[in-house]
Amino acid sequence: MDRANAVVLRKYQTKLPPLIYEELKEHLPDKISKQKLVKILDHVLVRYKGSQISPGEAVGLVSAESIGEPGTQMTLNTFHFAGVAEMNVTVGLPRIIEIFDARKNIKTPMMEIYFRPPYNTADKIRKMASLIKESKVDDVVSEFKVDILEQRLVIKINMKKLTELEENLADVSKFIKSKIKGIFIKTGEDFIEVALKDKSDDINKVYKVKEKIRGLKIKGVKGILQVLPVKRGDEYIVLTAGSNLKTVLDMKEVDSTRTICNDIHEINAVLGIEAARQAIINEVYKVIEAQGLNIDLRHVMLVSDTMCVNGKLAGITRYGVVREKTSVLARASFETPIKHVIDAALVGEVDKLDSVVENVMINQPVPLGTGLPGLITKVK
Amino acid sequence: MEGEYVYKKVDSIVFGVFSPKQIQKMAAVKIVTPELYDKEGYPVDGGLMDVRLGVIDPGLRCKTCGGKLKECAGHFGYIELARPIIHFKFIKIVLDLLRSTCKHCGRVLIPEKNINRYLKILEKSSAEEGLSGRQVKIREIIKKLKTRMKCPHCKKKQAKITLEKPTTFYDGETKISPIEIRARLERVPDGDLVLFGVNPNHARPEWMVLTVLSIPPVTIRPSITLESGERSEDDLTHKLGDVVRINQRLFENINAGAPEIIIEDLWDLLQYHITTFFDNEVSQIPPARHRGGQPLKTITARIKSKEGRIRHNLAGKRTNFSARTVISPDPRLTLNEVGVPFEIAMKLTVPERATTWNSAFLKKFIENGPGKYPGANYVIRPDGRKKRITDETKEEILEELSPGYQVERHIRNGDVALFNRQPSLHRMSMMCHYIRILPGRTLRLNPAVCPPYNADFDGDEMNLHIPQTEEARAEAETLMLVQTQLISPRYGLSVMGCKQDAITGNYVLTKDLEFTKEEAVDLLGSVGVEDFSGLGKYKTVPGRVVFSALLPHDFNYIGQSKSREKVVIKNGELIEGVMDDNSLGEEKGLMLKALHEKYGETLAVSLLGRIFQLGIKVLLFRGFSIGLSDTDLPEDATNKIKEALAEADKKVTELIESHNQGELEAFPGRTVAETLELKILETLNLARNKAGNFVLEHSDMKSAALIMARSGARGNILNLAQISAVVGQQALRGKRIERGYQGRTLSYFKQGDLSPAAHGFIGNSFKSGLTPHEFFFAAMTGRDSLMDTALRTPKSGYLYRRLSNAMQDLKVEYDKTVRDVSKKIIQFKYGEDGIDVTKSEGGKINIKRIISEVK
Repeated sequence: MDRANAVVLRKYQTKLPPLIYEELKEHLPDKISKQKLVKILDHVLVRYKGSQISPGEAVGLVSAESIGEPGTQMTLNTFHFAGVAEMNVTVGLPRIIEIFDARKNIKTPMMEIYFRPPYNTADKIRKMASLIKESKVDDVVSEFKVDILEQRLVIKINMKKLTELEENLADVSKFIKSKIKGIFIKTGEDFIEVALKDKSDDINKVYKVKEKIRGLKIKGVKGILQVLPVKRGDEYIVLTAGSNLKTVLDMKEVDSTRTICNDIHEINAVLGIEAARQAIINEVYKVIEAQGLNIDLRHVMLVSDTMCVNGKLAGITRYGVVREKTSVLARASFETPIKHVIDAALVGEVDKLDSVVENVMINQPVPLGTGLPGLITKVK
Repeated sequence: MEGEYVYKKVDSIVFGVFSPKQIQKMAAVKIVTPELYDKEGYPVDGGLMDVRLGVIDPGLRCKTCGGKLKECAGHFGYIELARPIIHFKFIKIVLDLLRSTCKHCGRVLIPEKNINRYLKILEKSSAEEGLSGRQVKIREIIKKLKTRMKCPHCKKKQAKITLEKPTTFYDGETKISPIEIRARLERVPDGDLVLFGVNPNHARPEWMVLTVLSIPPVTIRPSITLESGERSEDDLTHKLGDVVRINQRLFENINAGAPEIIIEDLWDLLQYHITTFFDNEVSQIPPARHRGGQPLKTITARIKSKEGRIRHNLAGKRTNFSARTVISPDPRLTLNEVGVPFEIAMKLTVPERATTWNSAFLKKFIENGPGKYPGANYVIRPDGRKKRITDETKEEILEELSPGYQVERHIRNGDVALFNRQPSLHRMSMMCHYIRILPGRTLRLNPAVCPPYNADFDGDEMNLHIPQTEEARAEAETLMLVQTQLISPRYGLSVMGCKQDAITGNYVLTKDLEFTKEEAVDLLGSVGVEDFSGLGKYKTVPGRVVFSALLPHDFNYIGQSKSREKVVIKNGELIEGVMDDNSLGEEKGLMLKALHEKYGETLAVSLLGRIFQLGIKVLLFRGFSIGLSDTDLPEDATNKIKEALAEADKKVTELIESHNQGELEAFPGRTVAETLELKILETLNLARNKAGNFVLEHSDMKSAALIMARSGARGNILNLAQISAVVGQQALRGKRIERGYQGRTLSYFKQGDLSPAAHGFIGNSFKSGLTPHEFFFAAMTGRDSLMDTALRTPKSGYLYRRLSNAMQDLKVEYDKTVRDVSKKIIQFKYGEDGIDVTKSEGGKINIKRIISEVK
């Protein structure tokens, strides 16, 4: 495109949304007369203005319908991930419900970890994966021997596994010593011997120590239960079961601009509400696409926005979005009506009757669409 | 009705607690006796059915207001309780108040100097987070006060207050009577109440301990007369009878100076009755029951849940002027028509106002009366009185009919109606159609409008509503007419389209049919085309040309057919490609969308109707039927399929063998057994696909089954392969079937058998027949998918309800922002670009087309 035309095009940049502008730039033929260019641009502008939404449109309900209606077509099953054992992903309806509920503990937390250039190659990726996967003492132990009489504990270590993790026995035993109080520790060829300092009568104490040791993390990131290196485009990335966004983003090998997890609350805590809003949109849309449904992005955006407007995550539940409603009757018509009415009575709440259900209840026009405009006339 | 136009009657509703004074003031009667009727069956004065409480018998007049049944809404009464009773529903706040205020001076247990600070915190939180945020803060404050054991105001010691559920309070070890509780609550000053989130103007705490009980009017608890002439009272009346009876007994005992124990017992009993009057499902006490044993339905049960007052009667209402019956298809109707049987047409009416110009027209309807179509059923006089038209009144009505009268005439062709099928999941579930009166006894609709309603004709019923005012009719026609709903707001494409036979028909037509000129004209004429100019130059008319005759002459379209071939329409002529599901079907219908974009909704809909009819007419002309022989394969194909399956079987055996030898290498992160499973699945799927391809290669391209599959009308290649070649692997949860006995799926197999057949591979085709174990496996997956659907429906229904409840009052304001009721901005511009999906093409603006169209 020659410079004169580019200048003409730029004039429209502020008048059109970025997506349309970019698309225009891409599809406009290289050789075009200025006249024709202006004509096309004006046409696009007219079409854009013509497809604007009308005031009064009940966009909320349209979005709810658009997402709710195809809900019956979604599957219930969880989908097993091709790759690592026990790694599966919640998909379909359960996942959508999970997101819209804004649940704190999601069924299958996951991460997609991208790495900076030298670390994202085929030969490096396995090492990166093992660096991230949480390994506990339990994972390298082949046997625990508990001597109740002597209040002693002999931990036999599977040396092969330990070397795979690139750790050595001395470090592990040092680590155990630093973490657990009141024990003597002795390191052998392939075992660690642990003895209690004060030999109390309580036999359970040895077992308690044993359990404590088993749960100690010797390597990796807390909460990452499984790792799976996969190829994505030209690079290798790591998929994980379990997530710990904060720690992973802090790692210097990780490309923190692209690494994500699927836990909305975690994203909100680490990256803030705007990121959480986008995460909801992405996650919901991922499910919708995987199910082969056709739902416009705008509907998902609106739901996500209603969940995030208050600066904190509110689920589409009676404790979340619905509780924030200003109208007593609207709240009462959803769930637990008695509770809402009693609470309203104590405060002396006033229902201004300016949303939908209340007006349906008392047989008055609803302030949406054609019910919105009012006429004022002089009475003679 | 005339002349009293009120814009809005109710402006707002204030919630609060009734004070005893208010209860007495609004009461019409004081109830003093539990008896309902005297010997003659007349309501007793001062009884629960007192005639001053309202009327429930037709013919009687209310003694308080003089209104008749339906005119008088009823009046409240009250009873004076012998001893105070705690209102169960306020128990929580009463507990909070007792715990956090001094038992002597009534002040809140916060030092004077701190009160203001707390008030400020509350103010701030309610300003920032609204009422619910304030409530959270209040909870926090109250929680801290529970353990204060000394009053900071009068310095007196406090004891721990406990609540023994449901309604007994203890101060330390001693029980506190409701009298004492009421006294304490009275002492709490108004200023301190604010800290508890209680507004003293609307709810003084002592009002929550009842001294008088409001008696609801009889109109909300009507008695019914049984066939035997016996009266059966409402549950609420029963309950109130108990309350009044025990209350009277308590009065008598107190006056007679009965021992304290007896009075205590009666008091507790009265508390029980009043508690169950409000809520009969309190968890700690047994519910009050009928003699038969079923629990009484008292106030709480009446209000809550799906069948309760709010969701059943207030948020959802019933309507007159509606009809419901079975539906059936009629492709000769246009898309925006609905066929209505005479029987229904003679019951549903439209009020038409008589003027000087139309009185002759209306008189004809009255003359016919309610029994003859087109007639009229009622006449509404200017004073609002409704008069039924019968043979006797007919003359009289004809005589008096003058401007200002309204005639409720039968619906007739061209009237508007709303047509609806449940579940009404989206706005296209209720659309406006023009009425067309037809013989027969079902509601008829064009099959092309089935998809938005999700209707079929296996016994579906649908509802019809007739709008009764000009405003409603205008709104229905401009906003809800079928063509206005053509583009779905969900994805911005057509929700209506050709289905099944219509697609097949157009597919065969555009693919290879040829006609003589007479036949072509006949065909086109039968769908209403009158312009045959396009046919002139042909001796034998190709199907493409017949199809093109429907299209506007300046229509251009380039698309893709289902089999990825190019479809080109230039200047209203189909030049290349065939019409199939991709161009004509619902949810896709790209050609329809293009038509809609260029020529507007009305033409798009009428064209769709014609294309649909043409498809059907073509099939009628050509003949189209399927049979079992459509799925026959030549022998060498059958052999090839058998070979492929045998080969796969061999391969699997090898895999199992190598696994047993321990030679199989595991995939990364998988166990050897899992790897084997994956490899087996892969091999079997490959074999099934191969078999499918053989079927495709060797089937007769002209067979009806294949035509349907290829055009996208019904069925696909996989279905055909399952019928004629191999059914394939049955999978549960993405794996081969593993459930059953120990180490095997059925006792028919050996333990540990890993072969395809033992884990749900069906090597037979539906035509060759399934062996018993294969049949069983097929039944397993069949059951699984049934379960899945059954479990999914309520789940997704609840999600939908929550979504619609949470977002129902979001709307676009005049400044193009999306806001909720409290004017809080949700989005600055709807969808970030303000584009209405229904006015877009799949949510976008088709820039490519604009560029190619602008000359």
